[in-house]
Amino acid sequence: MSETFVPLPSLPPPSGSVGAGAWLRARLFNGPVNSLLTLAILWLLASTLIPLLDWGLIRGHFVGRDPQACRDGGACWLFVGVRLKFFVYGFYPEAELWRVNVVLFAAVASIGTIAAPGVPGKRWIIPGAVVGMPILTFVFMHGGMFGMPEVATDQWSGLTLTLVLSIVGIVAALPIGIVLALGRRSKMMVIRLLCTVFIEVWRGVPLISVLFMASVMLPLFLPEGLQFSKVLRAMIGIVLFESAYMAEVVRGGLQAIPRGQSEAAAALGLGYWRTMGLVVMPQALKLVIPGIVNTFIALFKDTTLVLIIGLFDVLATIHATIVSAEWPNIATEGYLFAAAVFWVFCFSMSRYSQALERKLNTGHKRN
Amino acid sequence: MNQPPKPRIKPWNDPRIRAWVFQILAMAFVIWLATTLFFNTLENMERRSIQTGFAFLDRTAGFGILFSLIPYEETDTYGRTFFVGLLNTMLVSGLGIVTATLLGFVAGIARLSSNWLVARIAEVYVEIFRNIPLLLQIFFWYFAVLQALPSPRESIRFHDMVFLSKRGLYVPAPVAEPGMGWVTIAFVLGVVATLLIGRWARKRREETGQGFPIWRTALGLVIGLPLVLFVLMGAPLSWSLPALKGFNFVGGGVLLPELVALWFALTIYTGTFIAEIVRSGIQAVSHGQTEAAAALGLKRGQVTRLVVLPQALRVIIPPLTSQYLNLTKNSSLATAIGYPDLVNVFMGTTLNQTGQAVEVVAMTMGVYLTLSLAISAVMNGYNRRVALKER
Repeated sequence: MSETFVPLPSLPPPSGSVGAGAWLRARLFNGPVNSLLTLAILWLLASTLIPLLDWGLIRGHFVGRDPQACRDGGACWLFVGVRLKFFVYGFYPEAELWRVNVVLFAAVASIGTIAAPGVPGKRWIIPGAVVGMPILTFVFMHGGMFGMPEVATDQWSGLTLTLVLSIVGIVAALPIGIVLALGRRSKMMVIRLLCTVFIEVWRGVPLISVLFMASVMLPLFLPEGLQFSKVLRAMIGIVLFESAYMAEVVRGGLQAIPRGQSEAAAALGLGYWRTMGLVVMPQALKLVIPGIVNTFIALFKDTTLVLIIGLFDVLATIHATIVSAEWPNIATEGYLFAAAVFWVFCFSMSRYSQALERKLNTGHKRN
Repeated sequence: MNQPPKPRIKPWNDPRIRAWVFQILAMAFVIWLATTLFFNTLENMERRSIQTGFAFLDRTAGFGILFSLIPYEETDTYGRTFFVGLLNTMLVSGLGIVTATLLGFVAGIARLSSNWLVARIAEVYVEIFRNIPLLLQIFFWYFAVLQALPSPRESIRFHDMVFLSKRGLYVPAPVAEPGMGWVTIAFVLGVVATLLIGRWARKRREETGQGFPIWRTALGLVIGLPLVLFVLMGAPLSWSLPALKGFNFVGGGVLLPELVALWFALTIYTGTFIAEIVRSGIQAVSHGQTEAAAALGLKRGQVTRLVVLPQALRVIIPPLTSQYLNLTKNSSLATAIGYPDLVNVFMGTTLNQTGQAVEVVAMTMGVYLTLSLAISAVMNGYNRRVALKER
């Protein structure tokens, strides 16, 4: 004789707490204040977005090459198609554009391989790309060897220049930043002092003044005969500036690693460099990935400042189009297009860093 | 029992000796670098016959500046251009810090709102504007929005007192007449007295629990007292009205488009970063705190104001400080649209006219370094005050 307990089936949730109606009530109309707020925002959105969409899309002009075609007040997007080559390559000689394409393709391929999960042999690909990309970039972009005619660096411009500046900056700033961060935590007083002063000075001044310094004062510092081109000087300024920020980010990670880790490494007989390289640094860098990527994003946005010292980056090419007589009244469209270009790069970087952070999270963070 | 012989460490393996050698090498390298650069610079400047020293600061500048907080003429010295630029930098940084803080706190709190629409709008604002370079935003406000305003002749006017055109926003400006000094003194005294009374009232409340109508007192002291004096002195204030003369306005006060564009862009850009800081600070306060406050019967506004924000501020203050520093340094982008800040006036025009790059760049960088250190010192002091006092 066995009487098994059969529970009654659970009741369905009250009809007022599921479905779209409940969601609306809970998230938009809970209480009189929130309801008013929701209605006010809806009205505001409708009154700004609808005219904006009307101007930009419905009445906008997308097809054609003639600036005169859009005189009816709608947005004029024709300049994007006409000037796209100028935005990407700037003043790079027409016949040599394939060289830029090779560099851009190599950059995209190596970044893609490094970023994609599960590609084998990354420990060789990453150092190879870090060392190889700058060399490849210089050989192809500058030329003057292997039968490629020389293209002076002042002809590097457009999106190409932006990418070259930011990739070189990223590749150089991370290792220098790591060395500076280690130096700032060193037990040797002189090293610590030198690194601290270096970091604080560059972090305390605006990038503009660093770029001015690089473009005006650097020629004075160097001996006669040794002169750098303007692009190289801007690059030096950007690297000095961003490596100081990178150093502080890395230092934050180093501080978060408990002392026991380096003591345990020392007990195993590892020296300073192996303790740092094999035990402390991998953990520290993993912790500060968001900070490192944020510094990369900041660096990418900061490269626009080179237009103030007279270089021609992608923003400068778009700005030049806006102020040209050929394309009147496209200021808003032009800056919106430029904003979209930068936004796509920065937003994808930040999303990638969030994904990486989730993947590498091995439970250091308490929630 | 024999002591084992102490192992003899080879000198190049002794960590102490190695540390000394490294430090001496590093020092020698830095000294070598500094002297090489120094002599290179001297030689280069001699060859290009550039003068050295700070004598140029006393020479006549001979160029006009668009906007200045202190009286400035073309006949003034280069030294004065330095202060004009410095004050303009401080003006736009101060304005930007106030508005960016407000916008950032509103957006940061809004991102956590229970209202879905409010939270999404705040999120979209943050994600869009922090991923667009600041320089681009400044250009947008200046060239696409403010330069699209009508010319002074066709300006948007309001009762012939306020004029909005591409030359800026012209408003009536108060002109102080004799007697206004007393009113100002009364105002300052009122503020000081309010601060003292507030401190006394807080102390008394903590000791005895008795309240004090501090808001009414403050209103009376800060607004009432100067107002009474103002009426008694016979209203020593007149208004200067802007009027169109030729191609531009004369008289009145002006809000330059350069200043407005820079101010807007700095506010909106820095506001996104402050919003993220505020959001993470609030999320760092454990949920039990909110629940405990609700259990005590505090209203939602009170929970935020009295329980959550004071604790969140501890997390918020350090990164907020670095945002203030960033804003101050970013204000140097003014030079791209011609707002006469320190970089534009001093490192731009003055450097070009005198050619004394080393002195000018050193002075400008010195200013920003000092500003940075000063702001971080003040904020560190505040941080120490709100930090958790642990036993």
